[in-house]
Amino acid sequence: MRIRYLVLLAYILFLMLPLYWMVNMSLKTTAETLTTFSLVPKSLTFDNYRTIFSDPAWYSGYLNSIIYVSLNTVMSLLVALPAAYAFSRFRFLGDKHLFFWLLTNRMAPPAVFLLPFFQLYSSVGLFDTHIAVALAHMLFNVPLAVWILEGFMSGVPKEIDETAYLDGYSFPRFFLTIFLPLIRAGVGVTAFFCFMFSWVELLLARTLTSVNAKPIAAVMTRTVSASGLDWGVLTAAGVLTLIPGALVIWFVRNHIAKGFALGRV
Amino acid sequence: MDKPVNQKAWLLVLPVVATVAFSAVIPLMTVVNYSLQDIFDPQTRYFVGTEWFREVLNNPSIRAALGRQLLFSLIVLLIEIPLGIGIALTMPRRGPWVPVCLILLALPLLVPWNVVGTIWQIFARPDIGLLGRLVNGLGIPYNYTGNPLHAWLTVLVMDVWHWTSLVVLLCYAGLQAIPDAYYQAARIDGASRFAVFRHIELPRLKGVLLIAVLLRFMDSFMIYAEPFVLTGGGPGSSTTFLSQLLTTMAVGQFDLGPAAAFSLIYFLIILLFSYVFYTAMVRLGRAEG
Repeated sequence: MRIRYLVLLAYILFLMLPLYWMVNMSLKTTAETLTTFSLVPKSLTFDNYRTIFSDPAWYSGYLNSIIYVSLNTVMSLLVALPAAYAFSRFRFLGDKHLFFWLLTNRMAPPAVFLLPFFQLYSSVGLFDTHIAVALAHMLFNVPLAVWILEGFMSGVPKEIDETAYLDGYSFPRFFLTIFLPLIRAGVGVTAFFCFMFSWVELLLARTLTSVNAKPIAAVMTRTVSASGLDWGVLTAAGVLTLIPGALVIWFVRNHIAKGFALGRV
Repeated sequence: MDKPVNQKAWLLVLPVVATVAFSAVIPLMTVVNYSLQDIFDPQTRYFVGTEWFREVLNNPSIRAALGRQLLFSLIVLLIEIPLGIGIALTMPRRGPWVPVCLILLALPLLVPWNVVGTIWQIFARPDIGLLGRLVNGLGIPYNYTGNPLHAWLTVLVMDVWHWTSLVVLLCYAGLQAIPDAYYQAARIDGASRFAVFRHIELPRLKGVLLIAVLLRFMDSFMIYAEPFVLTGGGPGSSTTFLSQLLTTMAVGQFDLGPAAAFSLIYFLIILLFSYVFYTAMVRLGRAEG
């Protein structure tokens, strides 16, 4: 028992070290970062954070990212839940091929696809909108959501469905009040992964936006200038990018942690 | 478990097919189109057949990068999957520490990929970085910018740092979905800890493990921003992976034809390996019942 937690602690320590270094760099001046080795900032400064909060180009980047990422997460879950149920419960024409085809959409390296994506979304008049990025990110998030959810749904015995129908439940009522609570862990983890993959994706988001929906990850590349990288501001922005995702985990924590704990099966 | 045939299930799947196909079909056809033509400008283009494909397949630097890429993905899977399962098993199942662990584990996943590279670039520096200082302090002369092996190991450790949590979170959610009754039955039978893992936990994790293996394979095979920012592909070309060559070709030189052929071949390689993993793991799962 003791050893078990020591391993976990060591692993978390390993995860925290680079993050600690990021926080450390964000509280130093760029000059200090690049010239001296210091475990804690010698001249503590919050200027890097002040730059971000006082410049609309910076904080609107956060807002844009949060808007399209939330849209993406909600839409991905809404379309993926019924589809995953269909895949886990029924056989239908082309089901196996379709299931695997979904995942193939994650398998193409994006570099060459950027130009056709730009043309497609421009031609339907969605260029530089939040919905465009949300839709484009569904290309890789929906297959992921369907696959993860299908796995969790297949773990729920079919007898539960049948009993509910015998008891006179309609499908929507059964799905929302009985079935979803049983796969809470899966829904929580799926929501987090959709959020995360959309949050960190840079290439598509940058290609499909210019001003109005420009994501934070693209704004960060601004810190490269003639005098090199502005490490202080870049790392401060990096620290701030952690917060929304951490909040999402906080909201879904109970779903991930409880799962079947009600012991209904 | 026999599933009934029900063609109406298509109605439940339709929204997914529509949204994914909207973004998938036209761009893919455009790229296939590029790969068969020599494009000078939108009006002047020639059909060149399979020329670009032959050119890509005979390119020695692409072949070398493919070898590095396969090795990299193999090592990544061999480290991250067992480590991820192990860490998921060490996590507490209930109590106040659960959300703390979940949040700390998830943090590396939330750093934008270009920032991951930039943090590690400083973090691993032997003069001003914590990792570089630590390793050198242990008496190992470590310098990732000069030594190809050190550069490789740094990219590898960075990937383990960045992505193992994904496997942990998937496995942890999978473990939480195992009904308590299974554990009670095992306790009554006097099963050992290993037997519980082997006969209860592992079979029930096969769904999440399948997706974890596929995700980690696909993403590590297409890794771009992190090593590019950390090492720029060097020293020499020791950490130049496939997608870096592809991006140079497509965005840097704007050679759309060869780049399109390259990405289709790239796509087919990933497809082939994923299909093999998929069928192998499904068979294995079925054999165990």
